[in-house]
Amino acid sequence: MRPLLSVQGVTKHYGAHIGCADVSFDLYPGEVMGIVGESGSGKSTLLNCMAGHLAPDAGQVVFDTRAEGPKHTVTMSEPERRMLSRTDWAFVHQHARDGLRMGVSAGGNVGERLMAVGARHYGNIRDKATDWLERVEIDAARVDDRPTTFSGGMQQRLQIARNLVTGPRLVFMDEPTGGLDVSVQARLLDLLRGLVRDMGLSAIIVTHDLAVVRLLADRLMVMKSGRVVEAGLTDQVLDDPQHAYSQLLVSSVLQV
Amino acid sequence: MTDQAYNFAYLDEQTKRMIRRAILKGLAIPGYQVPFASREMPMPYGWGTGGVQVSAAVLTPDDTFKVIDQGADDTTNAVSIRSFFERTAGVETTTKTSEASVIQTRHRIPEEPLTEEQILVYQVPIPEPLRFLEPRESETRKMHSLEEYGLVHVKLYEDISRHGHIATSYAYPVKVEARYVMDPSPIPKFDNPKLGDMAAIQLFGAGREQRIYALPPYTQVVSLDFEDHPFEASKADHPCGLCNATESYLDEVIIDDQGGRMFVCSDTDYCAARQAAGHKGKDAA
Ligand SMILES: Nc1ncnc2c1ncn2[C@@H]1O[C@H](COP(=O)(O)OP(=O)(O)O)[C@@H](O)[C@H]1O
Ligand SMILES: [Mg+2]
Ligand SMILES: [Zn+2]
Repeated sequence: MRPLLSVQGVTKHYGAHIGCADVSFDLYPGEVMGIVGESGSGKSTLLNCMAGHLAPDAGQVVFDTRAEGPKHTVTMSEPERRMLSRTDWAFVHQHARDGLRMGVSAGGNVGERLMAVGARHYGNIRDKATDWLERVEIDAARVDDRPTTFSGGMQQRLQIARNLVTGPRLVFMDEPTGGLDVSVQARLLDLLRGLVRDMGLSAIIVTHDLAVVRLLADRLMVMKSGRVVEAGLTDQVLDDPQHAYSQLLVSSVLQV
Repeated sequence: MTDQAYNFAYLDEQTKRMIRRAILKGLAIPGYQVPFASREMPMPYGWGTGGVQVSAAVLTPDDTFKVIDQGADDTTNAVSIRSFFERTAGVETTTKTSEASVIQTRHRIPEEPLTEEQILVYQVPIPEPLRFLEPRESETRKMHSLEEYGLVHVKLYEDISRHGHIATSYAYPVKVEARYVMDPSPIPKFDNPKLGDMAAIQLFGAGREQRIYALPPYTQVVSLDFEDHPFEASKADHPCGLCNATESYLDEVIIDDQGGRMFVCSDTDYCAARQAAGHKGKDAA
């Protein structure tokens, strides 16, 4: 089987400061990769390099596109990369307001990606949006309400619906449960797990919360100071960490 | 009489050349917003300084100039722009659409079909059709260059979800030659079908925003819509109270203190010509 995403030697500096350094891994279709590590360890930098939001200084990212097979996403043209962002990729931000249009109704938020790829039948767009609201456990009657009237958990679920409506092949998530109350987090995690399972989603999830990766990730990478210090199957890494830093992380001695 | 303190049509020749270059570029890329260095004009923004600069750049001494504001030649705005060019360019002016070679307009397209001998200059307040949902200029520019126009339909979607139909009734977005999405300025959507395939040159000037764009003659212009909510060029469903026209765009006017009202053509020249030809509406004296 061919990897969906292949990352080789990705490095990004901020001036003299390391964002992330020499990261390599392959992600296979249907796999969920977790990236954990304390704040400032380079998780978001790495995710943004892979999702095309940041240009790495070195390294390559090859993505198996639906239309044309494996392509180098770092060197492809910006229009091509933006097209991937609306079709094959999805990006769930930690703060829903970064990933939603707060002045647009829930239905419009979910419908935007459909319209961006050419949907021109209002009734169909609305039906699909309503269907997706229900799939993320938002009452269909809220379809015309703006996200400003939603709770934090609902906003995050709306952001997920908006991202998944076009059936992306790879979902990037940056701290998707961050900033939510614990009980709200649990419900969101449950929902995400169901979607990952039902849709066979491939995803890369950045989090500092080990409970999130325990529940969602097949494999895990542990980052420290911009580098991957340990990688493996989630249960292996969490139950039998090899690297000293991973051991600290797992034993919760570190307040991450 | 021309006021000799000014160059012809107020602007100096170098500025006019710069504006003409922007106009030519706009004509070469229909619907594309060309930046230009807007000059201070002796009138406030919002009074059509963009349109005035475009008119100044295209007027020649042989031209006959007409100005309409919401279809009328006699509003303060129209009168002051007309007298500005009478003073600074000494050009003939007219209120008759058919006699004008350059027509500056705010918010309307004349009812009478224009010809290849004419130029229509629009005053534009906000040239960017994507502004309402994406305030970042860097981002809207990218959307235009990459033809990422999904947002325009999000706006129309919101309209339908809120009102049951597309409630946008003026500044209705159009796509030009299947390429650029363009704001036609706040003309009523009733006028949108006239934008396409027009014989006259159409020039759009936004002074405060420093943008010029253009439609050369016979350009394809399509009003955006949904398959199940097609574009409709609507108007008040009445004949004109003065000239009985049924095909013209109407304004509703209050006629007395008792709340009496009537519908009359917003294009005053069109209405007057019809009345002169003997057409009579139910409210005509
Ligand atoms: N825009 C930036 N400019 C300068 N330094 C940055 C920037 N973004 C992140 N960094 C630095 O890069 C390192 C990695 O940051 P980040 O990728 O945000 O880590 P994480 O997501 O794991 O918290 C940190 O030391 C951070 O301070
Ligand atoms: Mg981060
Ligand atoms: Zn009339």
